[in-house]
Amino acid sequence: MQRSVPVRGRRTLPGRGRRSGAGGRSGIRSWAAAGATRAPARSTDGTTLEITAEHLRKTFGATVAVHDVSFEIARGEVVGFLGPNGAGKSTTLRMLTGVFPPSSGRAIIAGRDVAREPLEARRALGYLPERAAAYGEMQVAGYLRFIAEMKGLGARELTGAVRAAMGATGIEHVSHRLIGNLSKGYRQRVGIAQALIGSPPVLILDEPTSGLDPEQVTEIRGLVQGLGSERTVILSTHILPEVESICSRVIIMNRGRILAVDSPAHLEEHLRPYREIAVEVAGPGDDVLRVLRGVPEVVEVVAIAGAPGAATGTWAVRSEHRHDVRRAVAAAVVGAGYGLVRLEHLAMTLEEIFLTLIGDEEAGAPSSRRTEQVGASH
Amino acid sequence: MRAISAIARRELAAYFGSPTAYVLIGVFLVLSGYFFYSDVALFVTFGAQVLSTGLWRFVFVDYRLVTLLVLPLVTMRLFAEERKLGTIELLWTLPVKDYQLILGKFLAAWCFFAVIVLLAMIPFVVFYAFFPFDLGPPIAGFVGLLLLGTAFIACGIAASTLTENQVVAAMLTYGVLVFFWFMTWNEAVGEESVIRVLLLLSLFDHYYNFASGSIQTVDVAYFLVFAAFFLFIALRSLQSRSWRGVV
Repeated sequence: MQRSVPVRGRRTLPGRGRRSGAGGRSGIRSWAAAGATRAPARSTDGTTLEITAEHLRKTFGATVAVHDVSFEIARGEVVGFLGPNGAGKSTTLRMLTGVFPPSSGRAIIAGRDVAREPLEARRALGYLPERAAAYGEMQVAGYLRFIAEMKGLGARELTGAVRAAMGATGIEHVSHRLIGNLSKGYRQRVGIAQALIGSPPVLILDEPTSGLDPEQVTEIRGLVQGLGSERTVILSTHILPEVESICSRVIIMNRGRILAVDSPAHLEEHLRPYREIAVEVAGPGDDVLRVLRGVPEVVEVVAIAGAPGAATGTWAVRSEHRHDVRRAVAAAVVGAGYGLVRLEHLAMTLEEIFLTLIGDEEAGAPSSRRTEQVGASH
Repeated sequence: MRAISAIARRELAAYFGSPTAYVLIGVFLVLSGYFFYSDVALFVTFGAQVLSTGLWRFVFVDYRLVTLLVLPLVTMRLFAEERKLGTIELLWTLPVKDYQLILGKFLAAWCFFAVIVLLAMIPFVVFYAFFPFDLGPPIAGFVGLLLLGTAFIACGIAASTLTENQVVAAMLTYGVLVFFWFMTWNEAVGEESVIRVLLLLSLFDHYYNFASGSIQTVDVAYFLVFAAFFLFIALRSLQSRSWRGVV
């Protein structure tokens, strides 16, 4: 039931056991919901841990914002931090960045306890707040100089640090413009440049692409991707494709708890106990269904598009993960004389993973999912 | 220290980079100039003899009103604006302590006020050019004005940490300061012993000595304690995020 795969980027946390009422879909909730009990500077596979959350809990009065959040992030990882609004993401990030201390538990950044050695921990940290907050009346370069001074950079390093940060984010040509007059995309770059000043080993970016137009989103995403090569990055977002394209692992939170910590591919294996392909066939529905069911190793066939009696229909063909039935299905369809229009592997999108996890948690039982569902959840 | 000065310089640049600063300075100068003029006119018309009690005292008591009007408008934005913009959260993640944030902003507002006070000396200089006078009493008056401003700024900063709405911060500052002014006005209903304590706490009763040209240690101490108290409130208010959350 517990998993601990010693591959960087695929490490999972030892669990505390299944919560009551957990559905039988997989062990995912058991290993993801609880936390690690150890606090090493190194993980089991020898990589250096850059960010560690140990049983973080935060209460405001009677409200519990974050219940018991534990995870570890190794040096060089880019990790997506997902969850619906109000899931406790921001509260968790604020404990990691030292905005406020946890009610219990520990947050460790680059080996420093954020609550006990706040200044040392913060020095290792670059943070982009959710609203990319910056002072509109300041010039870009002046603002970055201010941040550099606040980060304690000496007069000599300061100019170089500001120039490097502007270079990395491509904002040199706007260095003398007022931040308030910049486009949102450029303001976001200024926010990222600010986080980069002082070359902190850890970057925490809160919603770096929210409110940007598609072109800006692509640019910022590329920028973040580039940053990940040398740094440890937490990318908080609720835009799932972003995480899919950038992150090696995801941490999924809901209602103040962690639902899962793993790579998207691993999550899929756990959440969906079968492999699924989509087959679009021109032919009479009942006959096609019979043919598809007759293919060896096919476990289940479900219609996902096309009314009965329509000329073509699309089918989801499921098999066990270890069997790839695509060739057999193609041969069977063609052999039976029907037209094979389309055949593809249906990977579970992060959106589905996300909704399945959250749906499971909220329903207390696994919910059945169709493959063609789901727009982005915002 | 570097962080404090970085914050103070940023705030000063923000003040002087926006029209509000010049409006506030203008209002202060027009009002204080008018008060100075009418106090001199009064002094000449009614043939008072002693400058310190006949003129300077009235000038400084009037300057106090203008200061009361203007300073809450200077301090209201210091933290409220950061809260509104969300930049406060960034400041909290920088390697800087809360007290440094407060002192930096305090220093900026104080320097801004010092500029105002410097400009408010112009009528004195002009007056001196025509009619040289003993400099002691006006110097005591300006020391008192600066101390009074220090107390106002501290109170304004504390109010500004409590809200993200600048108007609320200003109103709160006015409320507290005016209360510290009016609290001795109820002699008619108060017990004598109570009044005596209130007099000790009252803001302006400690200012009148300065206005009349005398610097008393107890008055200096009062304003410094008043300022320290409100800066402490500001610090606790910033730290309250750990149980109030970031609102």
